[in-house]
Amino acid sequence: MRKVAIYAALIAIAIFMTFPFLWTLLVSLKTRGPIFSIPPDLWPSPLSLANYVGVWETLPLPRYILNSLQITFIGVSLTLLICSLAAYPLARLQFPGKNLVFYAIIATLMLPEHIGLIVNFITLTKLRIVDTFASVYLPSLASIFGIFLLRQAYLSIPQELEDAARIDGAGDMVIWWRIMLPLITPALATLAIFQFVAFWNSFLWPIIILKTPDKYPLAAGLLYLRGLFAHNTRLIAAGTVIATVPIIIVFLFTQRYFMRGITAGAIR
Amino acid sequence: MNKSDSGRRVRTTLIAYLFLAPALGLLAVFTFYPVIFGTILSLFEYDIINPPRYVGLSQFQRLLVDRYFWIAIANSAKYVLVVPVIQLGSILLAVLVNRQLRGIKAFRAAYYIPVITSWPVVGIMWTWMYDQQGIINYVLQSLQAIDRPISWLSHPTLTLYAIMFVTMWKGLGWYMVIYLAGLQSIPAEYEEAAMMDGASRARVFWNVTVPLLRPYILLASLVSTMAALKVFEEIYVMTRGGPFFSTYTMFMYIFDEAFQELNMGYASALAVVLAAVILVFSVINFRVFRRGGLEYY
Repeated sequence: MRKVAIYAALIAIAIFMTFPFLWTLLVSLKTRGPIFSIPPDLWPSPLSLANYVGVWETLPLPRYILNSLQITFIGVSLTLLICSLAAYPLARLQFPGKNLVFYAIIATLMLPEHIGLIVNFITLTKLRIVDTFASVYLPSLASIFGIFLLRQAYLSIPQELEDAARIDGAGDMVIWWRIMLPLITPALATLAIFQFVAFWNSFLWPIIILKTPDKYPLAAGLLYLRGLFAHNTRLIAAGTVIATVPIIIVFLFTQRYFMRGITAGAIR
Repeated sequence: MNKSDSGRRVRTTLIAYLFLAPALGLLAVFTFYPVIFGTILSLFEYDIINPPRYVGLSQFQRLLVDRYFWIAIANSAKYVLVVPVIQLGSILLAVLVNRQLRGIKAFRAAYYIPVITSWPVVGIMWTWMYDQQGIINYVLQSLQAIDRPISWLSHPTLTLYAIMFVTMWKGLGWYMVIYLAGLQSIPAEYEEAAMMDGASRARVFWNVTVPLLRPYILLASLVSTMAALKVFEEIYVMTRGGPFFSTYTMFMYIFDEAFQELNMGYASALAVVLAAVILVFSVINFRVFRRGGLEYY
């Protein structure tokens, strides 16, 4: 009896959490009938993919997807490189100024990022790289979350492995590349997934720093199209589904990395 | 200390800073510099095109008599009301999913999907949900909770709460995972012992589980409070501050001043005020969680 009650609660909450997605999907698959009506039109007319063809052919959605892919790919790759470099000495090397650097990095967690929006806009304007993809990803490459996550991973590698390599005459570069990096692959995967979601979903910074709507990533582009084609709800619904499906698929295949990342201290 | 030893130390130091250089360079330009320059900028009038003009503290004085500043700060403060609701909701959710049941992982995943969805998508979907003829009005009317449809996103008093509800919907899954980690760190014996002593489930929850979760509740509440004070995305994608400034928040005002009006100086002054408020919470967060309790870093 108790079990039934628990499942009932679980299902009710699952409906609450996923209903907006299911409803958007339904709207995008229908071509006729009122979208807004009381009572709502929940299971009528034949389903069709016409809206998907429409959104693909008439709106610059493929272009936004390419932009997103490009920004996300470069952004994630550079984040992995920069964070895996920075975390290594913080975890495994002894050098003067180590604590200072470490606390300086921690202190950035307390700094308010909204000031960054204003000043970074000015900085990038002065550097004349506004309206480029580089301006979109540059400010978020040195991820503090990434540095901490990878530092933790490096710390958990046994000292003996490193000592053995040193006895064999390996230098720091070799040790980092051949021994350390392969051993922190799970943490790298976690970071890659978090950054993927962050870049794929970002819209605030892109709309600030990109002047040409043609360069918008998908999330920003979708918002822009909603403004232009407010009346064409079905096309926008199809676009919304297209923007959401990749991220849900990635999530479903990589769930355990998400849970690990958050509980490892994913605040940013 | 012999020669080769000190030679190695110099080499190690060199390598360490070489590895750190890209990250430190980026942090210096895009994280540290903005805080310093932004604070200085609050003392200047600046529109990017013309050179900055020093105006001292006058922008802070102007802010004190700025009607929109007070509206924005009141709305941002009101938004903190969402914090206890999200926290209680996500604790209960974590308790619900913290059990071995067939399919429980699928439920957890379903609850997490809103977290990984972008704000534009969430904004578009919920604008439809909240439509005058939308599903929410239909459900409430069929339950006879309301007699006429409500225009949720253009109502002078309800809109802010309607947006808070979306914030809650999107955030629940994230906090659930935090609390789930907390619950899984509590040894089952505590709750079992209390049950053996004849305590009811509700009593065990309030008197055993909640106190043991305290470090997690503190962490999550602080994070959630700071996020509420900085609320922006949900407002931007649903109302942009309307109707009649009833959902105009601090961040929304900063955004408009900086990027619509190009009043970079005044926007910085507003940003400094918001930063000062948030700093109080982040210092508490920092002090509490550096001191142990949670393995936060």
